Amino acid sequence: MHPVIPYLLASSLFGIGVYGVLARRNAVLVLMAVELMLNAVNLVLVTADATLRQHTGQVFTLFVIVLAAAEIGVGLAIVLQLYRLRRSVITDSIDAAEGTALPTAEPVPAADRVEAR
Amino acid sequence: MTVADVLLLALGAVTLGAGLLVVTTRHVVRAGLWLVVALGGLAGCYLVLGAELVAWVQVLLYVGAVVVLLLFAVMLTRAPIGPSHDLDRARWPALLIGFGAGGGLAALLVDAYRWTVLDLPPAGTAARLGEAVFREWVLPFEVLSVLLLAALVGAIVISRPDVGASRTPRPRSAAEQVPDDTGQPVPLGGAGRGGGE
Repeated sequence: MHPVIPYLLASSLFGIGVYGVLARRNAVLVLMAVELMLNAVNLVLVTADATLRQHTGQVFTLFVIVLAAAEIGVGLAIVLQLYRLRRSVITDSIDAAEGTALPTAEPVPAADRVEAR
Repeated sequence: MTVADVLLLALGAVTLGAGLLVVTTRHVVRAGLWLVVALGGLAGCYLVLGAELVAWVQVLLYVGAVVVLLLFAVMLTRAPIGPSHDLDRARWPALLIGFGAGGGLAALLVDAYRWTVLDLPPAGTAARLGEAVFREWVLPFEVLSVLLLAALVGAIVISRPDVGASRTPRPRSAAEQVPDDTGQPVPLGGAGRGGGE
C-alpha cells in the first residue's frame, strides 16, 4: 500500500472544502463544505494510523466524527434561527455589526465620565 | 500497485468527483446527495485501510445522521427544487486559496512519503478499538459525552424562541423588529412556531 495515495486524496479533498467554504453563499452549503474538510482530516488520521501501527489515529477519527455530529447540530440550529429571522440563509446579507447595538444601557456621555473620575 | 492501491485510486476518484460536485452544483438538494456519495467513498477508503469500525461509524453517523440533518435544513429553509444561480460568489479568490491549501498540503505530504510502500496493519475491529478507547482514551471519551450533551442543550436553546427570553416584557425598540414577507414588522423571537429540529 502506498500511503501517498490517501494522503493526496485527503489534501485535494481539503482544498475542495476550502473552496466550497469561501465560494458558497448559502449557509447550508457552507456547512456541507466544512464536512468535506473534516472528512479530509479523518482520512489523514486513518492513514497515519496505518503507517504508525497503533490504533490512536482511528480513536481520534471516532472522536472527530462525534464532534462533527455535535457541530452540525448546533450549526443547523443557528442556520434555522437565521432563516426564521431573515427568511434567507445567504451569508452575504448578514451584517456582523448589527447585533452589537442592543438597547441594554444608554451610552454615557463623555462629560459625565470625566466628572465621575 | 497492489489491490489496495487500485481500490484506493478508484474510491478516491469517486470521492473527489462527488466532492467537486458538492461545491459546484447549482442544485442545493443535489449537493446534499453528492455529499452522500463522497462520504460513502471515504468509508470505502477506510475499509481498504483497515479501519473497519471507523468505516461503519462513518456510514451510520455521517451518511445516516449528518446528511439527513443537512437535507432537513435544506427543506426547512425552503431551498428551491430547480437550479438556483445565486449560490456562488466570486470564484477566483476561493479557487486561489483552495488550490493553495490543497496544493501546499499535497506537496508537503508527497515530499514526506515519496513512493514508500508499507504493509497494512491488522484491521481496527471493534474489539481492538474498544480496548484502545477504554485503556488510554477514557477521559476524552467521557468529556466528549459531556460535550454532546452541551451541544444538544445548546441546539434546543437556540432553536426555541421561548427559552431564554426575559420573563418581563421589556419595551421593544425599532432595532428589534424585523419586517417579514408581508412588510408587517414582527417582534424578534416570537416569529414562527417550532421549526427547530
